[in-house]
Amino acid sequence: MNAPTPSPLVLEDEKQGLFRVARKSFTDTEIMNAEYGNVFNKCWLYLGHESEVAKKGDFITRTVAKRNLLFTRDMNGVLNAFFNTCPHRGAEVCRERAGNSKHFQCFYHGWIFGCDGQLKSLPGADRYSADFKEQKRGNLVPVPRFSNYRGMCFINFDPQAGSLEDYLGNAREYLDLVLDQSESGMVILKGMQEYAIRANWKLLVENSNDGYHAATTHASYLDYLANTHALDKEVALRGVGRELGGGHAVVEYTAPWGRPIANWIPKWGEEGKKEMDALHAKLAERHGKERADRICFKNRNLLIFPNLVLNDIMAVTVRTFYPTAPNYMNVNGWALGPNEESSWARQYRLDNFLEFLGPGGFATPDDVEALESCQAGYQNALETGAEWNDISKGMGLDPFYDDEVQMRSFWKEWNRRVSGASTKEGGQS
Amino acid sequence: MSLPTRSEVEDFLYQEADLLDNWKLKEWLQLYTKDAEYQVPSTDLPKDASPVDSLFYIADDYVRLEQRVIRLGKKSMHSEYPRSKTRHLVTNVRVLGEVEGDIQVTAGFAVFRTKWGNTDTFVGSYDYRLRRNEGGLLIRKKRCLLDLDGLRPQGRVSILL
Repeated sequence: MNAPTPSPLVLEDEKQGLFRVARKSFTDTEIMNAEYGNVFNKCWLYLGHESEVAKKGDFITRTVAKRNLLFTRDMNGVLNAFFNTCPHRGAEVCRERAGNSKHFQCFYHGWIFGCDGQLKSLPGADRYSADFKEQKRGNLVPVPRFSNYRGMCFINFDPQAGSLEDYLGNAREYLDLVLDQSESGMVILKGMQEYAIRANWKLLVENSNDGYHAATTHASYLDYLANTHALDKEVALRGVGRELGGGHAVVEYTAPWGRPIANWIPKWGEEGKKEMDALHAKLAERHGKERADRICFKNRNLLIFPNLVLNDIMAVTVRTFYPTAPNYMNVNGWALGPNEESSWARQYRLDNFLEFLGPGGFATPDDVEALESCQAGYQNALETGAEWNDISKGMGLDPFYDDEVQMRSFWKEWNRRVSGASTKEGGQS
Repeated sequence: MSLPTRSEVEDFLYQEADLLDNWKLKEWLQLYTKDAEYQVPSTDLPKDASPVDSLFYIADDYVRLEQRVIRLGKKSMHSEYPRSKTRHLVTNVRVLGEVEGDIQVTAGFAVFRTKWGNTDTFVGSYDYRLRRNEGGLLIRKKRCLLDLDGLRPQGRVSILL
C-alpha cells in the first residue's frame, strides 16, 4: 500500500529559508530497510569502549545494528570484534553479557575457541578433512572492520569503508575535547542504561542536540534546578550549533549547571571548589589556558553520524540506538569519566548524571514522552499538508545554540545515503 | 529493638502501595525519614552495587526524592501528565532482622503502568530498611531491584516503584 508520498524525502531551499523532512521517513518500513542497507551497513558504528574490556580475556556481548557481536581483548592484549555465532551450525559461542575467559565453548557440539577467535579444539576432529583445518573454516568470523579512536572502538560492516579517522573528520576536534579531560584515559563507568523508546530512532538523533526544546519540554527540570541549586545567574544558555560535515554536528554552549570537569557550582562547597580549581589548573598545564577553559566551561552535544551521541554536559553520556521497527528503538546509555577521578568527583559526576539523564532522570523521561508523541502525530504522516516536518530554524542567520542547523546537517547526509539524492534536487513540494 | 511482625509490615507496605496507586504522593513521602534513600539500580549491576561508583537509573537522597514528588505533581512533568494508571502488587514479604539499627525487610513486587494503550510491567524485589517511630513504621531506605534486562519496552521509570 503506497500512498502518494512527498518526493524527495528532504527538501531544502535556502532562498526561502525552507527545510523540510517528509514524516514518512519516520513511519515507513522500506525506508528503515534502506537505512540498514545504506547507513548502518556502511557507516562506522560505535561498538564500545576499550575500558569495558580492560584486562586480557575480558569480553562483552552486544547487539549492534541487529548483529550479535562478541567484543574481546585476547591474551595478547589485542581488541577483537567477532560475530557471536559458531562457524559450525550457528549457536552463540558466548552466552554471557560480560566476563573474563581464555576460551569460549559452543555448548551445542563443544567447539572451543580462543578469545582471539581461533578454533582450539573440536570433538571428533579426526572426522574433518585436512582442508577444513588448512582453510581455517573453524575460526570465529571477525566483523569486517574494527578501529579504535583513543579508546572508543568502532566497527564497520563494509570491508571497503575508508578509515575511521577520515570518517570522523571534523568531529575529532570535539571528541578530543571530551577525551582530553583525562590524563590517564576516559573510562566507561559501571552500570549501563538499557531502554527502549516507542518512536523512530531519528527522533532521538534530533532530540540529542536540540537546544530549542529545553524551556518547555524540561520546564520541570529547570524548576528543580532553581529549587535546589543556588545558581550563578550570570551563566546563560549561550553558544552555537555547527555542521561538521559527513552528517556530524555539534552544539557548543555555556550553561548554568555544574560540570565535573570542571565548572564549580555553589552546591559543591569549598572542598569542591578546591578540587575543580585543581582540575582546571592541571588541564591548563597540559593544554594551555584557552583550551582548558573551553574543556571546562563549555558544554558539547555531539552527534557522530548516524547514531553515536556524546553529550558532555552536567556529566558525560555516550548513547547509541537502533531501530527494530520504524516506531521502535533500543537505546544503550553509558557514563564516561576520567580513570583517575577522585571518589568525591566520581560521586558528583554520577549524581549530576542522574538528576538530568536516563530513564529515571528529571529530563530524559520527558524527552521519551515527546518523541513518542511525535510518533503518534505521524499517524497523519501521509495527509496532505501534514506530511512535512519543518527544520528551518536559524536558516540564513548567524548560528545560535538553539537553532536547527545540527539537525539539517544530519538530514542532508541521511538523505544523500538513503535517497541517493541531494536535498536541492527534485523541485518544490 | 523488637522486630515488627510480618503482618504489621505487610499492612504498612500495602498502605504505601495504595498511596502510590492513588497518586497521593505527598502523603507517600511522609512515610520516609528525612535521611531516606530511594534507589533503582541499572539492571546489569550486582545486587550490592553503590551509586557512589556505579550508574543507576535512580539514586535519590531525601532532597531529590522530595523534588521528584514535586515534579510528579506538575502538569509540566510531561511523561506523567496526563497521569498513568499504576498498580503496585507487593508479595513474599519477609522481616529479616535488624541491620545497623534498621529493620531489614524484603518483598517481591510487580508494578503495572498503563498509558497511551500500553501496559508495562516492572517486576523485581524490594530491599527495605525501616525504622520505628511513635506513629508506626517509617522507610529509611528503599532499593528496587528489577528482575529485567533493561527497560525494554518500559523506556522510563517516571513513576515511583
